[in-house]
Amino acid sequence: MTVDDRAPARSNVSLARRAWNIRRKALLMGEVQGQGYIGQALGIADVLAASYFHALDYRADEPEWEGRDRFLLSIGHYAIALYAVLMEAGILPEEELETYGMDDSRMPMSGMASYTPGMEITGGSLGHGLGIAVGMGMGLKRKKNPAFIYNLMSDGELGEGSTWEAAMSGAHHKLDNLICLVDFNDQQADGKSTEMLCSEPLGDKWEAFGWFTQRVDGNDLDAVVAAMDAARNSDHNGPRVIIFDTTMCKGVPFLEAREITHFVRVDADEWGKALDVLEEGKPA
Amino acid sequence: MTMASMARKYEARKVTPKEERQATSAMIASLAAEGYDTVSAPFGQALVQAAKADERIVGLTADLGKYTDLHILGNEMPDRFYQMGMAEQILMSAAAGMAREGFIPFATTYAVFASRRAYDFIAMAIAEENLPVKICCALPGLTTGYGPSHQATEDLAIFRGLPNMTIIDPCCADDIMGMVPAMIEHNGPVYSRLLRGKVPSVLTRHKPDYKFELGKAQMIREGKDALVISTGFMTMRALDAAEQLAKDNVDVAVLHCPTIKPLDVETIVAEASKGGRLVITAENHTKVGGLGEAVAGALLTNGVAPKFRMIGLPDEFLEAGALPTLHDMYGLSVSKVVEQIKGWL
Repeated sequence: MTVDDRAPARSNVSLARRAWNIRRKALLMGEVQGQGYIGQALGIADVLAASYFHALDYRADEPEWEGRDRFLLSIGHYAIALYAVLMEAGILPEEELETYGMDDSRMPMSGMASYTPGMEITGGSLGHGLGIAVGMGMGLKRKKNPAFIYNLMSDGELGEGSTWEAAMSGAHHKLDNLICLVDFNDQQADGKSTEMLCSEPLGDKWEAFGWFTQRVDGNDLDAVVAAMDAARNSDHNGPRVIIFDTTMCKGVPFLEAREITHFVRVDADEWGKALDVLEEGKPA
Repeated sequence: MTMASMARKYEARKVTPKEERQATSAMIASLAAEGYDTVSAPFGQALVQAAKADERIVGLTADLGKYTDLHILGNEMPDRFYQMGMAEQILMSAAAGMAREGFIPFATTYAVFASRRAYDFIAMAIAEENLPVKICCALPGLTTGYGPSHQATEDLAIFRGLPNMTIIDPCCADDIMGMVPAMIEHNGPVYSRLLRGKVPSVLTRHKPDYKFELGKAQMIREGKDALVISTGFMTMRALDAAEQLAKDNVDVAVLHCPTIKPLDVETIVAEASKGGRLVITAENHTKVGGLGEAVAGALLTNGVAPKFRMIGLPDEFLEAGALPTLHDMYGLSVSKVVEQIKGWL
């Protein structure tokens, strides 16, 4: 299958507009709860837009279609971002946006496979996604299914030993159907990731583990798309990783400027202000 | 280690005469057959048989294929065998991933490593998702003399608290060969303890028509003075003890309860309600959170309160040494079971 045969790639809506739509939906959900991991959602929106509207093959009306590329959200608290892109992709109905985090919602605050169509795994206990992705990669190969597995993880998860067991294992089992996406925003619960447990030089580490490694600006859509293509099309006989350097709260400058951004405090009146600021930068 | 053994760290020891020495049981050693016929690698054999009939079955291990009898599958069906290396977190995560893709993975390691090191991965990647991963673990309870690093004395307690998890503690080769197809038929996660190598065939000698049934406790021997409700190899010890006690006119019944969860409350309550017998639980596990407390809870909530005692390991990190010595020390040997029952009657 060539890249252009994949259904989502046929849309004439620009990726920049998709990313903007994802940011807007995430802000609207944040406003519903008055909280949420909005900084991460705004930061990863470009990567998600490129994933769901350029790289991945899937059927919006058949989320468990056997031929789909699997997208695992290892970081459960990024659920707000994934719900936004699942709505944008038509997998979740946009009418349910205001149920976010409410009782009986299909969109709980932390992502769980049993609640949400399109949510492949239960994330949240960090350092799980990549290992599950390795098993799915082994399983797909057994079935001779050519689909890819994407695992989105955070830089904080690089501190978990299980991540590196999985990294070694993915290379050992030559999983060329596995693409790991690392959101490197250098923020975790207690502060800057590089000051908590430094994972640098990160590219060298993945390369030494036998992965085809790229590191790009995760908020530069052209660079993201090029890296996604290279990851998919590489003839490397093993797994692939893209490290995305991203900016927390990207697209809302007054939030970007806040110092502590792992769990961004947004006052009640600021959600509307953030939406207004976003509106000013609306792409065609 | 116990405080007593720590205090003796700097005490010189005498060398025992050669003919009196008891070596530490090696980890690869089989559980002593103790007068029973044995079956070689019943788990490996049963799994190969099942795998030949069902393409979904795969085996994964964390560098303990030979020590869990999974190497039988690896040798006979190498394409179905995955060596994951000495990495229990990826063992469980990858098993979860394969189950997500429609396979039935058997993941093997030692009971200590599954229950202690890989717990979060079993809980969240496997149990919370109710995936059909079958976790089969050697060296359950006190079956090695290597000390606490290898003695899984609390694995049942750990997994009993985990929703969705079915737990099996087989007595012997008969149970193991019966439980493998039952685990496959059960569409959900299972934790089972394993006995490996030359495993005695115990239950069919005492009850020729015995067949393992998931979720069922079965009467192996009737008796009017005491009822032993036992699991794992303690059923073998209970049956042997009952034979000895019979010589002293003590009539002991044995109810074998290989499925720890879900517990066969109906059978246990029915048997414990009969005839004012002393009720004793017997398990190769700490008395904290295992079969004994599960049975006690089931009896009390059902309004049954017989005279009740527990045989099991103490709430301690256990000593290293030879298994027969340790089983005597901690009350799991046949003679100690006999002694305890006599003392309680």
